[in-house]
Amino acid sequence: MEEELKALEEIKAKIPEKILRKSLAKLPELSEVEVVRHFTRLSQQNYGVDLGIYPLGSCTMKYNPKISEEIVRSPKLTQMHPYQDMSLAQGILRIMYELQIYLSKITGMDKFSLQPAAGAQGEFVGALIMRAYHRDRDKRRNEIIVPDSSHGTNPASASMAGFKVIVIPSNDEGLVDLEALKASLSDRTAGMMITNPNTLGLFEVQIAEIARMVHEAGGLMYYDGANLNAILGKVRPGDMGFDIVHVNLHKTFAVPHGGGGPGAGPVGVKDYLKDYLPIPTVEFNGKEYYLDYNKEKSIGRVRSFYGNVAHLVRAYIYLLALGPDGLERVSEISVLNANYIMMKLSKYYDLPKAKGKFRMHEVVLSSSKIKRDTGVRTMDISKALLDKGIHPPTIYFPLIVEEALMIEPTETESKEELDRLIQAMIDIREQAYKDPESLLNSPQNTTISRVDELKANHPKSLKLTWRYIR
Amino acid sequence: MKSKRITHRFIPNSVEEIEGEILAAIGVSSLEELFSSIPKEVRLKRKLEIPYYPSEFELKSHCKEILDKNVSADEILCFLGAGIYNHYIPSVVKEIIGRAEFSTAYTPYQPEVSQGVLQSLFEYQSMICELTGMDYANCSMYDGASALGEACRMSIRANGKRKILIPKFINPERFEVLKTYVEPLDAKIAKYSQSLEDGQADLRDIEAKLGEEDVTCLYMEQPSYFGYLEQNLDEISERVHKKGALLIMGIDPISLGIFREPSSYQADIVVGEGQALGLSMNYGGPLLGILAARGELLLRQMPGRIVGMTTTQDGRFLAFCNVLQTREQHIRRERATSNICTNEALMAIASAVFLSLLGPQGLKDLAECILAKTSYAIKRLSEIKGIKVPSFNAIHFKEFLINYQKKDCYEIHKELLKRGIHGGKIVREEFPELGNSALYCVTEVIKKEHIDTLASNLEEVIKY
Ligand SMILES: Cc1ncc(COP(=O)(O)O)c(C=O)c1O
Repeated sequence: MEEELKALEEIKAKIPEKILRKSLAKLPELSEVEVVRHFTRLSQQNYGVDLGIYPLGSCTMKYNPKISEEIVRSPKLTQMHPYQDMSLAQGILRIMYELQIYLSKITGMDKFSLQPAAGAQGEFVGALIMRAYHRDRDKRRNEIIVPDSSHGTNPASASMAGFKVIVIPSNDEGLVDLEALKASLSDRTAGMMITNPNTLGLFEVQIAEIARMVHEAGGLMYYDGANLNAILGKVRPGDMGFDIVHVNLHKTFAVPHGGGGPGAGPVGVKDYLKDYLPIPTVEFNGKEYYLDYNKEKSIGRVRSFYGNVAHLVRAYIYLLALGPDGLERVSEISVLNANYIMMKLSKYYDLPKAKGKFRMHEVVLSSSKIKRDTGVRTMDISKALLDKGIHPPTIYFPLIVEEALMIEPTETESKEELDRLIQAMIDIREQAYKDPESLLNSPQNTTISRVDELKANHPKSLKLTWRYIR
Repeated sequence: MKSKRITHRFIPNSVEEIEGEILAAIGVSSLEELFSSIPKEVRLKRKLEIPYYPSEFELKSHCKEILDKNVSADEILCFLGAGIYNHYIPSVVKEIIGRAEFSTAYTPYQPEVSQGVLQSLFEYQSMICELTGMDYANCSMYDGASALGEACRMSIRANGKRKILIPKFINPERFEVLKTYVEPLDAKIAKYSQSLEDGQADLRDIEAKLGEEDVTCLYMEQPSYFGYLEQNLDEISERVHKKGALLIMGIDPISLGIFREPSSYQADIVVGEGQALGLSMNYGGPLLGILAARGELLLRQMPGRIVGMTTTQDGRFLAFCNVLQTREQHIRRERATSNICTNEALMAIASAVFLSLLGPQGLKDLAECILAKTSYAIKRLSEIKGIKVPSFNAIHFKEFLINYQKKDCYEIHKELLKRGIHGGKIVREEFPELGNSALYCVTEVIKKEHIDTLASNLEEVIKY
C-alpha cells in the first residue's frame, strides 16, 4: 500500500494539469442501504414474467428457468476473460461449440456463429452475408424483399447493410402474395427476409414455392427466427428452403429479456455460405476446442469477442433441460395455448384475415369494431388489462392490422392463467360497450396512472437526463 | 416420427388431462390438427438429436463438470485487459440485477408497469452524462465496438461526408467492427499516425488528413488502447472542428474519475465500453455500449432507445417513458437511424447501481487506486533488465505495454502460464511495428504482492 501510494504521488506530480478533471462527476451520494432500497423499490414498480402472464406477441415471454440463473453465476463463467489462453477456456468453448451444433440441428442449418448480440444484429449479419455472397458472384443485387407484415428490424437491417427495401403486400389470407412476390423479383433481388410462422401467427403454406421463386431469381432466403417457438422439432427453416437464419435466444430459448436486453441472436447458414460468417467461430479438432479466425471471406465482426456468452450458456442449459421431446412439447403447447385463446376471444374481438384457420404460436386480434362502436381503442384496452394485473399483448403490430392486439401466450402459462387473460379481455370489451368513459382513465391500479407521452416528447418539455430539470 | 408426449415441469398444460380439456375447447381431437397447415413435404420426420437431462440435479452436475474445465481469473494471476476488465463488482449490483422484476421484464412498452426499468435507465443516462459532460445518452448499445460503428454512421448522416479518421493504435476489435458497420455506406477509414516514442498523435498528420475533403469525423481514444493518455486533445479538437468534422471520443468510464470529461474537449459523440461499470467479464459478454452526444442535430440521429422524464396525464406524478421513438425501427422501418431493438438494458441498470454505490468521490478514489497500481507496476517492472516497460513514454492508466525485446512473446506467455500467471495480451500480430509486446492490465483487484510476483517471475523467465 505504502509503495503504491508513493508511486501515486510521483505520478500525480508528473500528470499535466490540462488532462485532469476539474470537478467531481455529479453522481449520487448515498449509503449502501439507500441504494439498495432505491433500486429494490424501483424493481417493485416493474412487471416481469415471474409475476404473471406476459403475452407480448412476437416476444415469446416464457418462463426463464432458475437453474440457468444459478449456473451462470458461477465464477467459472463470470470470471473468464475473453483473451484467456484457450487451454484455460475449454469448458466454455465446449458449451459454445455444442450450442452451435444443437442450433444447427434445430434449424436445419450447417454452421452457426454465436456472435450477434440480438436478433436485429443477426439480421444485419445475414444481410451482410447476402451482400458478400452476391459481390463474389459479381452481381449488382441491391434489393431485399420483405412482406408488409414484417417486423421493423427486417427492413431496418437490410437498409443498414446497404440494400434497397422492397415491401410486398400480404394477401387476404394474411400470407405472402405470390403474384406480388413474382412481380418484385428481378436480377436486382439479393434475397428475401421473412419469418414463418409470420407475424399474424400463420404458417406460410407456400413457403417451399416462395423459396423456389426467390432462388430461381438468384436471391437468398433469410429466416427471421423470432417465431421459431412454434415449430421446434416439427419443421426446420433449412428444410423449408432458407439459406440464412437467426434465432433469438431471448425468445425461443428462455433467456430472460432483462427489461429490454441483453439478448443473443446467433446466425446459422447453409454450407455454401459458411465462409462468410463473422469471425471467430468455435471449432473442435478432436482434442481441443478453439476459436477459428481463419476465414478470408468472413464479413468480419459485428461486435467485440464471441457473443453474449452468459446467454449462450443459459440457452444451452435450456435445451438440455428439455431434450428433443420437451422441445416438441414447447411448440405443441405454445400452439395449443394460442389457439385456445383464439377460440375463446374471436367471439368478442375481430379476427382479421384467415378466419376459421388455426394459428400457430400467436394470434392477432383487432379491436377496430369496438373502436368504431364505442371509441375505446386498443391502447385503452391494454391499459385496462394493466388494471387487472395482466400485462397486455403487443399492440399496433403488425402494422397491417388496425387496432392490433397480438397475443402470444407461450407454452409456460397454465390454463388458469390463460383463462384469467381471456376473462379479463371479455370483461373489458363489455365495459367498453357499457361505460366507455371509464376505460379512458385506466390504469388506476398501477404504481402510476397513464403516462403523458406527448409531454415526454414535446421539445419544450423534453427531459433526457436529470440535468434538464436542474 | 411422433414425439413422445411428455409432461414437462416448465410446461403446465403438458399434463395430459389439461391438454385434452383445451383440445376439446378448441374443438379438435388431436394436436396434429393444429399443425396441419405445415405441408408434409417440409415436415421433420425424425427426432432432433439433442441430449436430455430430465432431472435438475443431473443437468447441474453436467454443466458443473464442463465449467470446471475452465480456469478463471480467480484461479490464476491474470493481467489481461484490452477492453474487458476484471474490476471488483459490489454484491449489491449482482443482487439488484438478479431481481426478477427487472430481469424477466421485456422492453418497457407499457410505462405504467415498467417504471422500475424506465427510471433506472433514465438514471443510467443521467449518470453517463454527468461522467462525460454530454447532453444526452441512449439507454445502451450492444457493446463499445458497435457503439463506435453507430457513432460513425451518425456522423455520416449528420454531415454527409464519408471519411473517418482513426488512430493507428486503435483497439483492434473496435476497428474490425467499425469496418463492418460503415462498409455498406461506402465510407473510407484512414489512420492517423501516433508516435512510436510516446504514443502521442501526430498533429501534422492529422492536419494533413483533415485537409483532404470529405472527413466526417475523427475518432480518438482516451486513454488509448495501450493505456497511455493523449496530451494534445485540445489541439486535435480544434483542428477537427475547424474543418467542420465531428470529434468522437472513446472513453473508459472509470478513467473519468480523474481525467477530463469529453465535453471539455468539445467532443461531439462519446462512445465507450461500459463493462467496467459493474459487469462480469463472462468470457466477453453481455457487454454495455455507451453512446452519448450533444446538440440538437445529433439527437435526431441517435440510434437506440432513449428514456425521458414526464408526468402522468393528470399531472400528479413524475413518470418515465421511451421517447423520440420516431427515430426507431418499429416506426421508421428502413429509414430508422438503426436496426437496434433489443439492447443491453439490464447491463445499463447494473452500471447505474454501480455508479450510485461509488458516488463522486468513490469513482475518483477507484480511478486513483488504479492509477497508483499502474504506476507501481510500471516502476517495479521497469527494474527488470531485458524488457522495456512501458513501451511508450507517457502517463498510463490501468494498462501499459511491455516489450520483451529479444524474447519471443509466445514463449514468455507459456512460461508464465506454467507458473500460474496469465501475462498480458500479445499484440504482435495486430501491431507488428511494436514487436514482441504484450498489453498488461492492473485494476484494483491486483495487489502489490501480485505485481511483485509477476516481476520476480518475469525476471526469471527473461533470463531463462
Ligand atoms: C418478428 C421479429 N423479428 C425481429 C426481432 C428483433 O429481435 P431483437 O429484438 O432481438 O433485435 C423481433 C423482436 O423484437 C421480432 O419480434
